[in-house]
Amino acid sequence: MLNRERRRAVGSERLGPYTLLRVDRGDLDPGHPGQFFMLEAPGRMLPRPMSLCLAPTGELAFLFESIGPGTRALGELESGDELCILGPLGNGFCLDVERPLLVGGGIGIAPLPYLSEALKAPPAVVGFRSSEYAEAASLLPQAEVVIDPTLVTDVLAPGYDVLACGPEPMLEAVAAMAPAAQLAWEAPMACGYGACYGCVVEVGGGYKRLCVEGPVLAA
Amino acid sequence: MLLNASGCLDALTAPDVARSFDAFVTKTVTPEPREGNEPPRIAETDHGMLNSIGLQNPGIAGFLRDVLPQLKELGIPIWVSIGGFSAADYALCSEALNGHDEVVAIEMNLSCPNVDEAPESAAEIVSACRAVTALPLYAKLSPQLADIAEAARAVEAAGADGLSLVNTLRGLALDERTLRPRLGRDTGGYSGPALKPIALAAVYVCRRATSLPIVGMGGVWDGRDAMELIAAGATSVALGTVLFSDPSAPVRVRQELLSAAEAAGLTDPWIAVGISHDSVLPGVTTEKMPAFLPN
Repeated sequence: MLNRERRRAVGSERLGPYTLLRVDRGDLDPGHPGQFFMLEAPGRMLPRPMSLCLAPTGELAFLFESIGPGTRALGELESGDELCILGPLGNGFCLDVERPLLVGGGIGIAPLPYLSEALKAPPAVVGFRSSEYAEAASLLPQAEVVIDPTLVTDVLAPGYDVLACGPEPMLEAVAAMAPAAQLAWEAPMACGYGACYGCVVEVGGGYKRLCVEGPVLAA
Repeated sequence: MLLNASGCLDALTAPDVARSFDAFVTKTVTPEPREGNEPPRIAETDHGMLNSIGLQNPGIAGFLRDVLPQLKELGIPIWVSIGGFSAADYALCSEALNGHDEVVAIEMNLSCPNVDEAPESAAEIVSACRAVTALPLYAKLSPQLADIAEAARAVEAAGADGLSLVNTLRGLALDERTLRPRLGRDTGGYSGPALKPIALAAVYVCRRATSLPIVGMGGVWDGRDAMELIAAGATSVALGTVLFSDPSAPVRVRQELLSAAEAAGLTDPWIAVGISHDSVLPGVTTEKMPAFLPN
C-alpha cells in the first residue's frame, strides 16, 4: 500500500554544499535502511527521490545537494512549509551481514547514517571531492574520510561485507573489488513506485527498475 | 469512465492505484520482448516531462504467460495496449488476446514517439486487427498528425470502435551545463500540463469528425481538466503523468470532477460530453449570459 502524506518541514541545516532537511514524520514509516521517499519539490511537476539519511524521533531527515530546480526548491524550504512525501519505497540493504563496511562517495553518504544506526556503527569509508563537501562526514563520525584524488577504493580493505552508495564509476570499482557488495544506485526517476519504467540501470545484462527491484542491488 | 494512460501505471506494483480506476490499461505489448531504450529515460522540464522508455515489455507470449494471469487476479477490466513495427505485428497481438475474458478492449498504440513507426497507415493497421478480433479497438493517435480529424475518419472507416487522444509529442531537453541531450536516445515523448490544450483541440476536432467514443488524455491534473476534456467530446478520461507525481490522483480527480460539474450547473459530469460544441449550457438562456464570456 502506497503511503503519501502532506508533512511539514521542521528545519534544515547546511553541511558544506549539502542540505540536511528535517521533516515532521507524521504516520510515515521510516522504513528499512536504503529505502527511499519521493519528496514533492515545490513548484516542480515531479517529486524527487531521496533515501532516508536519519530518523530522529518524530522526524525524517534527507540529505541532498541543490544542483537542479527540484533540489533547489527543496533547499529553500523553511520550517512550517508543507510538502507531500510518498514512501518508504523500494528495497533497502540486507542487514544480515557478518563484517559490514559502509562505503560512500559524495552525496552517496546520504543513506549511510541511518544504515549505520541499524548496524551499530560499523567501520566506514567515505570519499569527497573536496574538504568542503567532506563536512557531511560529520553524519558518520566513525568513518575514515578520503578526499580526491584519493578514492575510497584506494583504502578499501578486503574481507568485508561491503554496503555502498555513490556515483556509478565508484559502484563499478567497488563491485570489481568486492563482488558480493550491496550497491545502492540512483537514476532520474519520475514516480518511485514502478509505474513509469524511467529509472532503469543496466545490471547483469538487463535493465532493472531501481524503484522496484532496487535501489539496492547485488553487485 | 476514468482510466490510466498506457505506460503510466503498473497494476502489479501498485494494485490499489489500478483498482481506483474503472479499468486498467497495460503498458504497450509488442510481438517480441523489448529491453527498451538506453537510460537516462526521464527528464523533467519547466512545464512537463520527457520520457524515452521505448516500449520495454516482455513480448506478447511473455505477457500472456506471466503478466495477464496476475492482472486477472486483480479483478478489474483490462485494456491491453498493443504496438509493433508493421500491421502484421498489431494483428498478431490482437489475435493472441482472443479468448481472454478479462481483456475488454485493445488500445492500438499507433503513435509512440520513442520507436520507429510501422510503414502502413493507421487505417491499414486497424483493418488488419479488425480482421482477427471482435474486441473493441481503440486507435491511439498522435497529436503530431497534420490532420488528426482525417486520421480519425480513416480509422473509423477501417473498423475502429474508439479513439484514444492523445499520445505524447516528441521533444528534446538539454543539460543546463553540458548542452547535451539529457535523454539516452536524445528525444523523448513530452507530457504533462503543457499537453492539455493540444489534447483538447484533438478531442474537439475528432468529436466533430467522427461518432466514435473518445478516451481523452493529455495533461489532466485535476477535475477541471477532466471536465474540459469531457466538454470537448471525451467519453472517458485517462490520467497519465499526474500519476507519477500523485498516485492518489484518480480518487482526487473523481471528486474534483463532481465539483467541477456542479459548478457548471450539471448533475453528472458525463452528461456534458461534447457540450463545448453547443452554443450554451443546458438551462442557461442567452439572455442570462454575460456579453463577454470570461476565458
